[in-house]
Amino acid sequence: MVDFAGWEMPIVYRGIIEEHEQTRRSGSIFDVSHMGRLHFSGKEAVTFLNRVLTRNVSDQKVGQSRYSLVCNDAGGVLDDIIISKDAKNWILVCNASNREKLVKYFGDVRRSSGLDFDMSDQTEGTAMIALQGPKVIERLSSVFPTDLKALKRYHFVSDSFMMMVKYTVFRSGYTGEDGVELILPAKMAGMAIKMLAGKADKPDATIKPAGLGARDTLRLEAGMPLYGHELGESLDPISAGLGWAVDLTKEFVGVEKLREIHKAGPARKLVGIELEGRRIARQGTSIVVDGAVVGEVTSGTFSPTLQKSIAMAYIDSAYAVEGGLLSADLKGVMNPGKVVRLPFYKRNS
Amino acid sequence: MSAPTDRRYLQTHEWHQPQGDTITIGITQFAADELTDITFVQLPKVGTKLIANKAFGEIESVKATSDLYSGVSGEVVAVNEKLSGEPGLVNRDPYAGGWMIKVKVTDAADMTKLLSTEDYLTKTGH
Repeated sequence: MVDFAGWEMPIVYRGIIEEHEQTRRSGSIFDVSHMGRLHFSGKEAVTFLNRVLTRNVSDQKVGQSRYSLVCNDAGGVLDDIIISKDAKNWILVCNASNREKLVKYFGDVRRSSGLDFDMSDQTEGTAMIALQGPKVIERLSSVFPTDLKALKRYHFVSDSFMMMVKYTVFRSGYTGEDGVELILPAKMAGMAIKMLAGKADKPDATIKPAGLGARDTLRLEAGMPLYGHELGESLDPISAGLGWAVDLTKEFVGVEKLREIHKAGPARKLVGIELEGRRIARQGTSIVVDGAVVGEVTSGTFSPTLQKSIAMAYIDSAYAVEGGLLSADLKGVMNPGKVVRLPFYKRNS
Repeated sequence: MSAPTDRRYLQTHEWHQPQGDTITIGITQFAADELTDITFVQLPKVGTKLIANKAFGEIESVKATSDLYSGVSGEVVAVNEKLSGEPGLVNRDPYAGGWMIKVKVTDAADMTKLLSTEDYLTKTGH
């Protein structure tokens, strides 16, 4: 167990690669209770959310979730979040390491704007569990009262087990696989995990526990950004390839700067890189073309699924072309590679 | 945690097993477990001269990259070629199939400077 933003987190249970492969082949259960869960309600909650989120929430329907960014005035990313519209309130799921920063920032915006809304931090009273993998929906359909198969991607429902344990289930995840994420009362989490994972210690169990290590290699194969790597306060969502989650036609914090970046075109872009050999280019590794440094790796691993060394990196836009040849400077040894399309891995659907 | 008693150790978790006039080097189970899944092992070529307590290669896992150290000076006389295609052998069988290099030592006294099994286990606190 390691400490992560004050949470004791399981990095690995049996082996990162084994847990990774179990997720791609069948299913895994991840404890992601460290993720922040904030609730918003009140008559000006929509106005507030539209001010701090890059995505327009006005047309969002009950039962819908959307990935969005929270930006600063310079267009840098304060966090990447998922905003969901429930019947009574809005649920915002944020990164553990950014939760306190966001709560303070949202409080500051409320004071300075005078907008009328309520915000409550539900993180500690609830638990969050992700179940991911191609066999998860089928396996859980026999356990859940909710019709999971009818639940569309990026949609959710609030329901209860035997009219007692209330939960919210989202068809979403951070692994590139189909699956769900579940929020439920913290004291019910232990029981729910036993019920959902079933006989997880059996060698042929459909769903087995997986830790943060596998979660990281899975999201990287799926080309999904991780805050502190691909995203940060000095990095903007346009350069990160997240323009689809930024509505430049509405007004929000950071929009002026993002419009400028969009218009001029980003100086650097986030790309996928495949390297020859088995060496891993980790965060901070220089990317070199013709002897000149043109970028820097943000995340890298040896992909268990592709059996290739993969990385994401910000590189000068002139070189951000699919098939472009480059090298990763691994302690002075130039390891050749090329720019590839993200994601590295896409499930069959 | 235990470790084989037929060899000597560096605090950086390399084991050294004497066999005739050569010494076989690998890493301990503890080190392999700490690194988690090993994805790459970079080893020197046969004929490379090693200097005691200098790095001779690198080992890489999903989690981290570490240098590999030799506790003895000498010449590399064999390299475990299997590790290039199957680096996970180091995780599964660190004390036998996951061996890394065989070294013909220059000075046999180097071995006496290394940690005994007991001292290794005590010093590394496991």
